[in-house]
Amino acid sequence: MPETVIKIENLWKQYRYGVVSHQYLFKDVQSWWAKIRGREDPNARISSLNPVSVPDSKDTNVNADRFWALKDINLEVKQGELLGIIGSNGAGKSTLLKVLSRVTAPTKGSVKVKGRIGSLLEVGTGFHPELTGRENIFLNGAILGMRKNEIKKKFDEIVAFAEVEKFIDTPVKRYSSGMYVRLAFAVAAHLDPEILVVDEVLAVGDIKFQNKCLGKMGSISKDEGRTVLFVSHNMSAISRLCQSGICLDSGQIEFNGMVENAISRYLRQLKRPAALANNNVKIDVSFTDKYGEPFSSWNYNEILKIHLGIQFKVTVKHPAVHITFRSEDGALVYSYQTEHTENKTNTQKECDIKECTFEFEIQNTGLMCDTISVDIGIAANKDMKLIGVWQSIEIIPISRAKYEKQSIYTPLFYLPTQFDIINSKK
Amino acid sequence: MTPWTTVIKPKTGIFDIDLSELWRYRDLVFMFVHRDFVAQYKQTILGPLWFLLQPLFSTIIFTIIFSNVARIPTDNVPPFLFYMAGTVVWGYFSNCFNATSTTFVTNAAIFGKVYFPRLVMPLSTVISRFIMFAIQFVFFLVFYGYFLAKGAPLAPNTWIFALPLLLLQMALMGLGFGVLISSLTTKYRDLTFLVSFGVQLWMYATPIVYPLSQVPEKYRLLMYCNPMTVVVEMFRFSFLGQGTINLLSIGLSWAVTLGVLGLGVVLFSRVEKTFMDTV
Repeated sequence: MPETVIKIENLWKQYRYGVVSHQYLFKDVQSWWAKIRGREDPNARISSLNPVSVPDSKDTNVNADRFWALKDINLEVKQGELLGIIGSNGAGKSTLLKVLSRVTAPTKGSVKVKGRIGSLLEVGTGFHPELTGRENIFLNGAILGMRKNEIKKKFDEIVAFAEVEKFIDTPVKRYSSGMYVRLAFAVAAHLDPEILVVDEVLAVGDIKFQNKCLGKMGSISKDEGRTVLFVSHNMSAISRLCQSGICLDSGQIEFNGMVENAISRYLRQLKRPAALANNNVKIDVSFTDKYGEPFSSWNYNEILKIHLGIQFKVTVKHPAVHITFRSEDGALVYSYQTEHTENKTNTQKECDIKECTFEFEIQNTGLMCDTISVDIGIAANKDMKLIGVWQSIEIIPISRAKYEKQSIYTPLFYLPTQFDIINSKK
Repeated sequence: MTPWTTVIKPKTGIFDIDLSELWRYRDLVFMFVHRDFVAQYKQTILGPLWFLLQPLFSTIIFTIIFSNVARIPTDNVPPFLFYMAGTVVWGYFSNCFNATSTTFVTNAAIFGKVYFPRLVMPLSTVISRFIMFAIQFVFFLVFYGYFLAKGAPLAPNTWIFALPLLLLQMALMGLGFGVLISSLTTKYRDLTFLVSFGVQLWMYATPIVYPLSQVPEKYRLLMYCNPMTVVVEMFRFSFLGQGTINLLSIGLSWAVTLGVLGLGVVLFSRVEKTFMDTV
């Protein structure tokens, strides 16, 4: 039974808006002066974003300008564990890492830690552009908590990992951004902390280096028995690297367990119906398989059925629908605009329409991404102006089990291919 | 079960400073000193020569204006040496004060991403400015030797051996006032403007361009409340043989120094844990 190395108990973190905006003595005096004359405070906040009530406080007035970024987090992390932390923007991932790496103090609760925490919240913190690579390795290492002797011992390893041997005595301001990132990650990865905390930092390097970093983090955990906490929006990296995961949602742990389940929880979280309406149009959309049944993933060759009901606020002529799929890394994989096809909608050309329903059937002819996110746009009238656009209204997992083994690379599409060897000589 | 090594909690007691941790990070202090030194002069033509030009020009200007034009007496000491002593000493203090008073604001980016004892920053500033001071001090000694050889009426005395204590006091004072102001600037950003011109006014409240002996007796006590007064006068007394000091004033100046340092460090430790939320 591995030991618990991080124990988070009833952790709360609050941010304030009101006080934060008063950073100038001058403004304080201005507010005070306005108050005396009975005028409105010129520095008052218009409205507070998403005020969340404090559960254990009676005074409700105070809460208007406060916001809980973390709400009652309880978590135990075992030694050697590779924990993925996922959640949408603003869920509290970065705040949690900031508290863990002691950049900011919690409001309530405690975190108990065994061993040194090395945190990599940003690549190249404290790098000075005028200093050489060598000097920056020592500086950055010391900032991350290493002693000079430790850095000396690891120096050659760091340089080799970063692949910057030739440029080690060049000021880093002359480095390419790739070299810069490689050097920074290399220092942090060789820090040898008992616990390594990594925020979304790998997005910057190229694929080859990203894989090298993921491999390094894996070996830190597996071979050296160190604990790694990894935040990322890249689900394939999370699922490849981590065994367990937590899914955060508005400051709370929504799920804690196997990484696959955490990811599917997160994807479901993204699907929550947003208000699919604006001043011009309201839509009602469902995604099913070809029998109208819900499904868990979109398999090769199968039909995805999109049922789209549209209600316009004022009557329009020839409505049209735009559908776009994007892969998890943002690449455009599919785009369809109904006005560009000669089909039945165009027969309704000059009628005034208030309501209509579209039904699409799309066949998966070999998508190679992990998930697609669906954007829907509604256009109408002669100028085909877009009157409503909704991005990422659904995330659909793709199953590519049947054709995964075609190549060592991961292209965007699989195209059905057959081959024969028609001429082989001895 | 091994015990917990770190417990992260909301900010607690008043004096919540872990000096052993600061000691563990001593390498970082010197790394920052190295960085400041190298980075500052790497792309200038004259490099560290600037350290010498600054006090030299100030001294020349002061000598012309205050001695030749305003005719302020310098107690029989050659005016050039008198002003140079004042400029070099004051330069160290004001540099330390100016630089440490912006600790949180200038380092917000790095403080927001990684933890280390925050006092490392002002400490390294005080040390790196000390190197600058040491170079200027040697420069001063060169002129001092020249005037001594020329037979100027200088009376160096045993107080010279108190010099390390004097330098320590100056460093602590710069650090103390600096961390005090820097803790306040996390909330009131406009204090930084006050610092840059306040330091200039402070110089005129310190016997830099005039000897303390020229100040009427009834204002002396007020002058002694300024801890820099005693430092400057002692420095001049030990090297030049002219200066107005007594034990009471030395005690008072140390008391003010330590008081400010203590208050500064306490405030600093209160602010350092949560300032990221307000900057």
